[in-house]
Amino acid sequence: MIPPAFEYHRPTDIAGALGVIAEHGDEARVIAGGHSLIPMMKLRMVEIAHLIDLQDVADLKGISVGETIRIGAMVTQHGLINDAALSAAAPILREAALQIADPQVRYCGTVGGNVANGDPGNDMPGLMQCLDATFTLVGPDGSRDVPAREFYEAAYTTAREDDEILTAISFAKPAGGYAYEKQKRKIGDYATAAAAVLIEKQGGKITAASIAMTNLSDIPVFSEAAGDALKGTDGTGAALDKAVAAMLADIDPTEDNRGPVEFKKHVAGVILRRAIARAVDRA
Amino acid sequence: MADKMHLKLTINGEHLETLCEPRELLIHVLRERFNITGPHIGCETSHCGACTVDLDGKSVKACTLFAAQAQGATITTVEGLASPEGMHVLQEMFREHHGLQCGYCTPGMITRAWRLLQENPDPTEEEVRFGMAGNLCRCTGYQNIVKAILAAAAIMNGRDATADDAVKTPEEVA
Repeated sequence: MIPPAFEYHRPTDIAGALGVIAEHGDEARVIAGGHSLIPMMKLRMVEIAHLIDLQDVADLKGISVGETIRIGAMVTQHGLINDAALSAAAPILREAALQIADPQVRYCGTVGGNVANGDPGNDMPGLMQCLDATFTLVGPDGSRDVPAREFYEAAYTTAREDDEILTAISFAKPAGGYAYEKQKRKIGDYATAAAAVLIEKQGGKITAASIAMTNLSDIPVFSEAAGDALKGTDGTGAALDKAVAAMLADIDPTEDNRGPVEFKKHVAGVILRRAIARAVDRA
Repeated sequence: MADKMHLKLTINGEHLETLCEPRELLIHVLRERFNITGPHIGCETSHCGACTVDLDGKSVKACTLFAAQAQGATITTVEGLASPEGMHVLQEMFREHHGLQCGYCTPGMITRAWRLLQENPDPTEEEVRFGMAGNLCRCTGYQNIVKAILAAAAIMNGRDATADDAVKTPEEVA
Protein backbone atom coordinates (compact mmCIF):
# COMPACT_ATOMS: atom_id res chain seq x y z
CA MET A 1 0.00 0.00 0.00
CA ILE A 2 2.83 2.39 -0.85
CA PRO A 3 2.67 4.29 -4.13
CA PRO A 4 5.52 4.53 -6.62
CA ALA A 5 8.10 7.21 -5.88
CA PHE A 6 7.25 10.81 -6.67
CA GLU A 7 8.76 14.21 -6.20
CA TYR A 8 7.01 16.36 -3.61
CA HIS A 9 6.44 20.07 -4.11
CA ARG A 10 5.00 22.47 -1.58
CA PRO A 11 4.58 25.91 -3.17
CA THR A 12 3.45 28.90 -1.10
CA ASP A 13 1.46 30.66 -3.81
CA ILE A 14 -0.70 29.85 -6.83
CA ALA A 15 1.98 31.04 -9.25
CA GLY A 16 4.38 28.54 -7.73
CA ALA A 17 1.89 25.71 -8.13
CA LEU A 18 1.15 26.70 -11.75
CA GLY A 19 4.91 26.82 -12.38
CA VAL A 20 5.33 23.17 -11.36
CA ILE A 21 2.40 22.19 -13.59
CA ALA A 22 3.88 24.16 -16.51
CA GLU A 23 7.22 22.43 -16.05
CA HIS A 24 5.97 18.85 -15.65
CA GLY A 25 2.64 18.85 -17.51
CA ASP A 26 0.70 15.59 -17.22
CA GLU A 27 3.18 14.19 -14.72
CA ALA A 28 2.15 16.78 -12.12
CA ARG A 29 -0.99 16.76 -10.03
CA VAL A 30 -2.17 18.97 -7.18
CA ILE A 31 -3.20 17.45 -3.86
CA ALA A 32 -5.63 19.13 -1.46
CA GLY A 33 -6.89 17.00 1.44
CA GLY A 34 -5.75 13.87 -0.36
CA HIS A 35 -8.53 11.60 0.84
CA SER A 36 -9.56 10.70 -2.70
CA LEU A 37 -6.13 10.92 -4.32
CA ILE A 38 -3.93 9.16 -1.75
CA PRO A 39 -6.05 5.98 -1.67
CA MET A 40 -5.90 5.88 -5.49
CA MET A 41 -2.12 6.40 -5.38
CA LYS A 42 -1.75 3.64 -2.76
CA LEU A 43 -3.73 1.27 -4.97
CA ARG A 44 -1.47 2.36 -7.85
CA MET A 45 -4.53 3.23 -9.89
CA VAL A 46 -2.99 6.62 -10.55
CA GLU A 47 0.70 7.28 -10.89
CA ILE A 48 1.98 10.76 -10.26
CA ALA A 49 5.59 11.82 -10.75
CA HIS A 50 5.20 15.29 -9.24
CA LEU A 51 2.82 15.85 -6.37
CA ILE A 52 2.00 19.50 -5.64
CA ASP A 53 0.75 19.97 -2.08
CA LEU A 54 -1.45 23.10 -1.85
CA GLN A 55 -1.62 23.29 1.96
CA ASP A 56 0.73 26.30 2.22
CA VAL A 57 -1.01 28.39 -0.45
CA ALA A 58 -2.64 31.07 1.71
CA ASP A 59 -4.74 32.45 -1.18
CA LEU A 60 -6.70 29.20 -1.29
CA LYS A 61 -7.88 29.48 2.31
CA GLY A 62 -10.46 31.58 4.04
CA ILE A 63 -14.21 32.12 3.92
CA SER A 64 -15.80 35.51 3.29
CA VAL A 65 -19.47 36.00 4.01
CA GLY A 66 -21.54 38.87 2.62
CA GLU A 67 -24.28 39.05 0.02
CA THR A 68 -21.85 36.92 -1.97
CA ILE A 69 -20.20 34.06 -0.13
CA ARG A 70 -16.71 32.99 -1.19
CA ILE A 71 -15.02 29.82 0.04
CA GLY A 72 -11.37 29.17 -0.67
CA ALA A 73 -10.73 25.81 -2.29
CA MET A 74 -8.52 24.59 0.58
CA VAL A 75 -11.13 25.19 3.29
CA THR A 76 -11.67 21.81 4.94
CA GLN A 77 -15.06 20.30 5.69
CA HIS A 78 -14.15 20.69 9.37
CA GLY A 79 -13.34 24.37 8.84
CA LEU A 80 -16.58 24.88 6.97
CA ILE A 81 -18.66 23.15 9.66
CA ASN A 82 -17.11 25.29 12.39
CA ASP A 83 -17.37 28.66 10.62
CA ALA A 84 -20.15 30.41 12.55
CA ALA A 85 -20.70 33.22 10.01
CA LEU A 86 -20.98 30.78 7.12
CA SER A 87 -23.28 28.45 9.05
CA ALA A 88 -25.56 31.38 9.86
CA ALA A 89 -25.61 32.68 6.28
CA ALA A 90 -25.81 29.35 4.44
CA PRO A 91 -26.68 26.56 6.90
CA ILE A 92 -27.19 24.04 4.08
CA LEU A 93 -23.40 23.80 3.72
CA ARG A 94 -22.94 22.74 7.33
CA GLU A 95 -25.85 20.30 7.11
CA ALA A 96 -24.29 18.67 4.02
CA ALA A 97 -20.69 18.69 5.26
CA LEU A 98 -21.66 16.92 8.48
CA GLN A 99 -22.90 14.03 6.36
CA ILE A 100 -19.60 13.63 4.50
CA ALA A 101 -17.30 10.77 5.53
CA ASP A 102 -16.22 10.76 9.20
CA PRO A 103 -14.56 13.24 11.59
CA GLN A 104 -10.96 12.37 10.67
CA VAL A 105 -11.67 12.67 6.97
CA ARG A 106 -13.48 15.98 7.48
CA TYR A 107 -10.40 17.48 9.15
CA CYS A 108 -8.46 16.86 5.92
CA GLY A 109 -11.01 16.81 3.08
CA THR A 110 -11.46 20.15 1.34
CA VAL A 111 -14.41 21.79 -0.36
CA GLY A 112 -12.29 22.49 -3.44
CA GLY A 113 -11.12 18.92 -3.74
CA ASN A 114 -14.65 17.65 -3.28
CA VAL A 115 -16.02 19.76 -6.16
CA ALA A 116 -12.98 19.54 -8.46
CA ASN A 117 -12.46 15.78 -8.36
CA GLY A 118 -15.60 15.06 -10.36
CA ASP A 119 -16.46 11.94 -8.37
CA PRO A 120 -20.23 11.37 -8.82
CA GLY A 121 -20.38 10.24 -5.18
CA ASN A 122 -19.14 13.53 -3.77
CA ASP A 123 -21.76 15.66 -2.05
CA MET A 124 -20.53 19.19 -2.73
CA PRO A 125 -21.02 19.21 -6.53
CA GLY A 126 -24.78 18.69 -6.29
CA LEU A 127 -25.02 21.14 -3.44
CA MET A 128 -23.12 23.77 -5.46
CA GLN A 129 -25.46 23.22 -8.41
CA CYS A 130 -28.40 23.73 -6.08
CA LEU A 131 -26.82 26.99 -4.87
CA ASP A 132 -26.01 28.00 -8.48
CA ALA A 133 -22.41 28.50 -7.39
CA THR A 134 -19.51 29.57 -9.57
CA PHE A 135 -16.10 27.92 -9.55
CA THR A 136 -13.01 30.05 -10.16
CA LEU A 137 -10.24 28.38 -12.13
CA VAL A 138 -6.75 29.83 -12.46
CA GLY A 139 -4.36 28.72 -15.18
CA PRO A 140 -1.46 30.00 -17.24
CA ASP A 141 -3.77 32.35 -19.16
CA GLY A 142 -5.33 33.87 -16.07
CA SER A 143 -8.56 33.32 -14.22
CA ARG A 144 -12.02 32.28 -15.43
CA ASP A 145 -15.33 31.47 -13.79
CA VAL A 146 -17.43 28.41 -14.62
CA PRO A 147 -20.96 27.85 -13.26
CA ALA A 148 -21.25 24.67 -11.18
CA ARG A 149 -24.21 23.69 -13.36
CA GLU A 150 -21.91 23.60 -16.43
CA PHE A 151 -18.76 22.22 -14.78
CA TYR A 152 -19.41 18.47 -14.81
CA GLU A 153 -19.07 16.56 -18.10
CA ALA A 154 -18.74 12.92 -17.05
CA ALA A 155 -17.39 10.98 -14.07
CA TYR A 156 -14.01 12.55 -13.17
CA THR A 157 -14.22 14.76 -16.26
CA THR A 158 -14.91 18.44 -15.72
CA ALA A 159 -14.53 21.81 -17.45
CA ARG A 160 -11.21 22.30 -15.61
CA GLU A 161 -8.21 22.02 -17.93
CA ASP A 162 -5.23 19.97 -16.74
CA ASP A 163 -3.14 23.11 -16.27
CA GLU A 164 -5.78 24.90 -14.19
CA ILE A 165 -6.32 24.94 -10.42
CA LEU A 166 -9.76 25.41 -8.89
CA THR A 167 -9.14 28.23 -6.41
CA ALA A 168 -12.52 29.30 -5.00
CA ILE A 169 -16.27 28.76 -4.93
CA SER A 170 -18.70 31.68 -4.83
CA PHE A 171 -22.46 31.92 -4.60
CA ALA A 172 -25.14 34.39 -3.61
CA LYS A 173 -26.26 34.09 0.01
CA PRO A 174 -29.24 31.73 -0.17
CA ALA A 175 -32.67 32.82 1.06
CA GLY A 176 -35.53 30.77 2.46
CA GLY A 177 -35.60 27.16 3.63
CA TYR A 178 -33.03 24.48 2.93
CA ALA A 179 -32.30 20.79 3.36
CA TYR A 180 -29.53 18.38 2.50
CA GLU A 181 -30.86 14.85 2.83
CA LYS A 182 -28.62 11.83 2.26
CA GLN A 183 -29.16 8.10 2.44
CA LYS A 184 -26.00 6.06 2.93
CA ARG A 185 -25.37 2.49 3.97
CA LYS A 186 -23.00 3.42 6.76
CA ILE A 187 -20.84 6.26 8.07
CA GLY A 188 -18.15 7.05 5.53
CA ASP A 189 -20.05 5.69 2.56
CA TYR A 190 -21.07 7.71 -0.44
CA ALA A 191 -24.76 8.40 -0.95
CA THR A 192 -27.15 5.81 -2.29
CA ALA A 193 -29.08 8.98 -3.04
CA ALA A 194 -28.85 12.55 -1.77
CA ALA A 195 -30.86 15.70 -2.41
CA ALA A 196 -30.02 19.38 -1.97
CA VAL A 197 -33.09 21.60 -1.81
CA LEU A 198 -33.59 25.36 -1.42
CA ILE A 199 -37.12 26.77 -1.15
CA GLU A 200 -38.39 30.35 -1.04
CA LYS A 201 -41.98 31.00 0.04
CA GLN A 202 -44.31 33.97 0.07
CA GLY A 203 -47.80 33.88 1.59
CA GLY A 204 -47.70 30.10 1.86
CA LYS A 205 -46.81 29.61 -1.83
CA ILE A 206 -43.41 28.56 -3.12
CA THR A 207 -41.86 31.32 -5.24
CA ALA A 208 -38.52 29.70 -5.99
CA ALA A 209 -37.19 26.16 -5.67
CA SER A 210 -33.79 24.71 -6.53
CA ILE A 211 -33.19 20.94 -6.49
CA ALA A 212 -30.04 18.93 -7.21
CA MET A 213 -29.36 15.22 -6.72
CA THR A 214 -26.14 13.34 -5.90
CA ASN A 215 -24.79 9.94 -7.03
CA LEU A 216 -27.74 9.20 -9.28
CA SER A 217 -25.92 9.74 -12.58
CA ASP A 218 -22.27 10.00 -13.63
CA ILE A 219 -22.54 13.72 -12.86
CA PRO A 220 -24.59 15.69 -10.31
CA VAL A 221 -28.12 16.34 -11.52
CA PHE A 222 -29.64 19.81 -11.25
CA SER A 223 -33.34 19.20 -11.92
CA GLU A 224 -34.86 22.46 -13.08
CA ALA A 225 -38.14 20.68 -13.87
CA ALA A 226 -38.42 19.39 -10.30
CA GLY A 227 -38.01 22.91 -8.93
CA ASP A 228 -40.50 24.32 -11.44
CA ALA A 229 -43.08 21.74 -10.41
CA LEU A 230 -43.13 23.24 -6.91
CA LYS A 231 -43.53 26.89 -7.91
CA GLY A 232 -46.88 28.45 -7.00
CA THR A 233 -47.80 25.49 -4.79
CA ASP A 234 -47.46 24.68 -1.10
CA GLY A 235 -45.03 21.85 -1.92
CA THR A 236 -47.29 19.00 -0.83
CA GLY A 237 -49.68 16.52 -2.45
CA ALA A 238 -49.84 16.51 -6.24
CA ALA A 239 -47.12 19.19 -6.55
CA LEU A 240 -44.71 17.07 -4.53
CA ASP A 241 -45.55 14.00 -6.64
CA LYS A 242 -44.94 16.03 -9.78
CA ALA A 243 -41.58 17.30 -8.52
CA VAL A 244 -40.45 13.77 -7.65
CA ALA A 245 -41.57 12.48 -11.05
CA ALA A 246 -39.67 15.30 -12.78
CA MET A 247 -36.53 14.49 -10.76
CA LEU A 248 -36.83 10.78 -11.59
CA ALA A 249 -36.97 11.65 -15.30
CA ASP A 250 -33.70 13.61 -14.96
CA ILE A 251 -31.58 11.08 -13.06
CA ASP A 252 -29.85 8.09 -14.62
CA PRO A 253 -28.60 5.76 -11.88
CA THR A 254 -26.68 2.57 -12.62
CA GLU A 255 -26.67 -0.68 -10.68
CA ASP A 256 -23.74 -1.15 -8.31
CA ASN A 257 -23.06 -2.41 -4.78
CA ARG A 258 -25.51 0.19 -3.43
CA GLY A 259 -28.36 -1.51 -5.25
CA PRO A 260 -30.21 -1.99 -8.52
CA VAL A 261 -31.59 0.89 -10.55
CA GLU A 262 -35.17 0.52 -9.29
CA PHE A 263 -34.02 0.65 -5.68
CA LYS A 264 -31.95 3.76 -6.28
CA LYS A 265 -34.90 5.48 -7.94
CA HIS A 266 -37.07 4.52 -4.99
CA VAL A 267 -34.53 5.91 -2.52
CA ALA A 268 -34.10 9.07 -4.60
CA GLY A 269 -37.86 9.68 -4.36
CA VAL A 270 -37.96 9.09 -0.61
CA ILE A 271 -34.96 11.34 -0.02
CA LEU A 272 -36.31 14.16 -2.19
CA ARG A 273 -39.71 14.05 -0.46
CA ARG A 274 -38.02 14.36 2.93
CA ALA A 275 -35.73 17.15 1.72
CA ILE A 276 -38.57 19.18 0.21
CA ALA A 277 -40.72 18.74 3.32
CA ARG A 278 -37.92 19.96 5.56
CA ALA A 279 -36.96 22.85 3.31
CA VAL A 280 -40.60 23.99 3.01
CA ASP A 281 -40.96 23.75 6.77
CA ARG A 282 -37.88 25.92 7.26
CA ALA A 283 -38.80 28.50 4.58
CA MET B 1 13.80 7.24 -7.34
CA ALA B 2 13.02 10.49 -5.66
CA ASP B 3 15.52 11.95 -3.24
CA LYS B 4 14.95 11.41 0.43
CA MET B 5 13.69 14.37 2.35
CA HIS B 6 14.75 15.65 5.75
CA LEU B 7 11.62 15.31 7.84
CA LYS B 8 11.32 17.26 11.09
CA LEU B 9 8.43 16.61 13.45
CA THR B 10 7.54 17.31 17.06
CA ILE B 11 6.08 14.07 18.39
CA ASN B 12 4.79 13.84 21.95
CA GLY B 13 6.82 16.92 22.86
CA GLU B 14 10.07 15.63 21.40
CA HIS B 15 11.79 17.08 18.32
CA LEU B 16 12.50 14.19 15.98
CA GLU B 17 14.15 14.10 12.58
CA THR B 18 14.62 11.44 9.94
CA LEU B 19 15.29 10.96 6.27
CA CYS B 20 12.41 9.47 4.35
CA GLU B 21 10.97 9.26 0.89
CA PRO B 22 8.02 11.57 0.20
CA ARG B 23 5.87 8.55 -0.67
CA GLU B 24 6.19 7.04 2.80
CA LEU B 25 2.95 7.23 4.74
CA LEU B 26 2.97 8.96 8.10
CA ILE B 27 1.93 5.74 9.84
CA HIS B 28 4.96 3.92 8.43
CA VAL B 29 7.35 6.69 9.42
CA LEU B 30 5.93 6.76 12.96
CA ARG B 31 6.09 3.01 13.43
CA GLU B 32 9.16 2.01 11.46
CA ARG B 33 11.48 5.01 11.60
CA PHE B 34 10.58 6.37 15.06
CA ASN B 35 9.45 3.11 16.65
CA ILE B 36 6.26 4.79 17.84
CA THR B 37 3.97 1.79 17.60
CA GLY B 38 0.92 3.01 19.53
CA PRO B 39 -0.88 4.00 16.33
CA HIS B 40 -1.83 0.73 14.62
CA ILE B 41 -2.32 -0.24 11.01
CA GLY B 42 -5.78 -1.74 10.79
CA CYS B 43 -7.35 -1.49 7.35
CA GLU B 44 -4.81 0.88 5.79
CA THR B 45 -7.64 2.22 3.62
CA SER B 46 -8.84 5.27 5.62
CA HIS B 47 -11.78 3.41 7.15
CA CYS B 48 -10.95 1.96 10.55
CA GLY B 49 -9.18 4.77 12.42
CA ALA B 50 -6.73 2.49 14.27
CA CYS B 51 -3.92 4.70 12.94
CA THR B 52 -5.47 7.93 14.28
CA VAL B 53 -2.97 10.48 15.56
CA ASP B 54 -3.39 14.12 16.53
CA LEU B 55 -1.70 16.41 14.02
CA ASP B 56 -1.68 20.18 14.68
CA GLY B 57 -4.95 19.90 16.59
CA LYS B 58 -6.72 17.61 14.12
CA SER B 59 -7.51 13.91 14.42
CA VAL B 60 -6.09 12.35 11.25
CA LYS B 61 -5.71 8.86 9.86
CA ALA B 62 -1.96 8.43 9.53
CA CYS B 63 -2.44 5.84 6.77
CA THR B 64 -3.89 8.50 4.48
CA LEU B 65 -1.23 11.15 4.82
CA PHE B 66 2.21 11.20 3.30
CA ALA B 67 4.86 11.96 5.88
CA ALA B 68 5.93 14.82 3.61
CA GLN B 69 2.56 16.51 4.17
CA ALA B 70 3.24 16.48 7.91
CA GLN B 71 6.59 18.30 7.56
CA GLY B 72 7.01 20.58 10.60
CA ALA B 73 3.85 19.35 12.32
CA THR B 74 3.23 18.77 16.00
CA ILE B 75 1.93 15.26 16.55
CA THR B 76 0.48 13.54 19.60
CA THR B 77 0.05 9.78 19.67
CA VAL B 78 -1.41 7.61 22.42
CA GLU B 79 2.09 7.41 23.92
CA GLY B 80 1.92 11.16 24.60
CA LEU B 81 -1.26 11.14 26.68
CA ALA B 82 -0.12 9.61 29.97
CA SER B 83 2.00 11.63 32.41
CA PRO B 84 4.65 10.45 34.91
CA GLU B 85 1.87 10.59 37.53
CA GLY B 86 -0.17 7.97 35.73
CA MET B 87 -2.51 7.25 32.88
CA HIS B 88 -4.71 9.87 31.26
CA VAL B 89 -8.27 9.87 32.57
CA LEU B 90 -9.47 8.54 29.20
CA GLN B 91 -7.11 5.58 29.55
CA GLU B 92 -8.29 5.03 33.12
CA MET B 93 -11.92 5.07 32.06
CA PHE B 94 -11.34 2.70 29.13
CA ARG B 95 -9.93 0.29 31.72
CA GLU B 96 -12.62 0.99 34.30
CA HIS B 97 -15.51 0.55 31.85
CA HIS B 98 -13.96 -2.28 29.88
CA GLY B 99 -13.87 -0.13 26.74
CA LEU B 100 -11.75 -2.65 24.90
CA GLN B 101 -11.52 -6.33 24.28
CA CYS B 102 -8.70 -7.18 21.87
CA GLY B 103 -7.34 -3.63 22.19
CA TYR B 104 -6.28 -3.18 18.60
CA CYS B 105 -8.48 -0.13 17.96
CA THR B 106 -7.87 1.37 21.41
CA PRO B 107 -4.94 3.73 20.68
CA GLY B 108 -6.89 5.29 17.82
CA MET B 109 -10.07 5.41 19.89
CA ILE B 110 -8.38 7.15 22.82
CA THR B 111 -6.39 9.58 20.66
CA ARG B 112 -9.55 10.56 18.79
CA ALA B 113 -11.59 10.85 22.01
CA TRP B 114 -8.84 13.09 23.43
CA ARG B 115 -9.33 15.61 20.61
CA LEU B 116 -13.13 15.25 20.72
CA LEU B 117 -13.22 16.17 24.41
CA GLN B 118 -11.07 19.23 23.77
CA GLU B 119 -13.49 20.45 21.10
CA ASN B 120 -16.61 19.41 22.98
CA PRO B 121 -15.73 19.01 26.69
CA ASP B 122 -19.14 17.80 27.82
CA PRO B 123 -20.71 15.84 24.97
CA THR B 124 -23.97 13.93 24.91
CA GLU B 125 -23.97 10.23 24.11
CA GLU B 126 -25.12 11.05 20.59
CA GLU B 127 -22.30 13.56 20.15
CA VAL B 128 -19.77 10.98 21.32
CA ARG B 129 -21.08 8.43 18.84
CA PHE B 130 -21.03 10.99 16.01
CA GLY B 131 -17.58 12.25 16.99
CA MET B 132 -16.17 8.72 17.18
CA ALA B 133 -17.71 7.59 13.88
CA GLY B 134 -14.32 7.41 12.18
CA ASN B 135 -13.06 4.69 14.53
CA LEU B 136 -14.20 1.11 14.11
CA CYS B 137 -14.17 -1.57 16.81
CA ARG B 138 -15.01 -5.17 15.92
CA CYS B 139 -15.22 -6.46 19.51
CA THR B 140 -17.09 -4.26 21.93
CA GLY B 141 -20.20 -3.15 20.08
CA TYR B 142 -19.11 0.37 21.12
CA GLN B 143 -21.31 0.43 24.23
CA ASN B 144 -18.44 0.43 26.69
CA ILE B 145 -16.28 2.72 24.58
CA VAL B 146 -19.03 5.35 24.67
CA LYS B 147 -19.46 4.80 28.42
CA ALA B 148 -15.73 5.24 28.98
CA ILE B 149 -15.59 8.49 27.05
CA LEU B 150 -18.67 9.90 28.79
CA ALA B 151 -17.21 8.91 32.17
CA ALA B 152 -13.91 10.60 31.31
CA ALA B 153 -15.81 13.74 30.31
CA ALA B 154 -17.74 13.65 33.58
CA ILE B 155 -14.51 13.45 35.59
CA MET B 156 -12.87 16.17 33.54
CA ASN B 157 -15.90 18.37 34.28
CA GLY B 158 -15.57 17.72 38.00
CA ARG B 159 -18.49 15.30 38.33
CA ASP B 160 -18.41 11.95 40.09
CA ALA B 161 -18.38 9.49 37.20
CA THR B 162 -19.98 6.80 39.34
CA ALA B 163 -22.99 8.96 40.27
CA ASP B 164 -26.28 8.12 38.57
CA ASP B 165 -26.57 11.57 37.01
CA ALA B 166 -22.92 11.92 35.94
CA VAL B 167 -23.64 11.11 32.35
CA LYS B 168 -26.27 13.08 30.47
CA THR B 169 -28.88 10.95 28.74
CA PRO B 170 -30.29 11.83 25.32
CA GLU B 171 -33.68 12.49 26.95
CA GLU B 172 -32.19 15.16 29.20
CA VAL B 173 -30.58 16.89 26.26
CA ALA B 174 -33.74 16.83 24.16
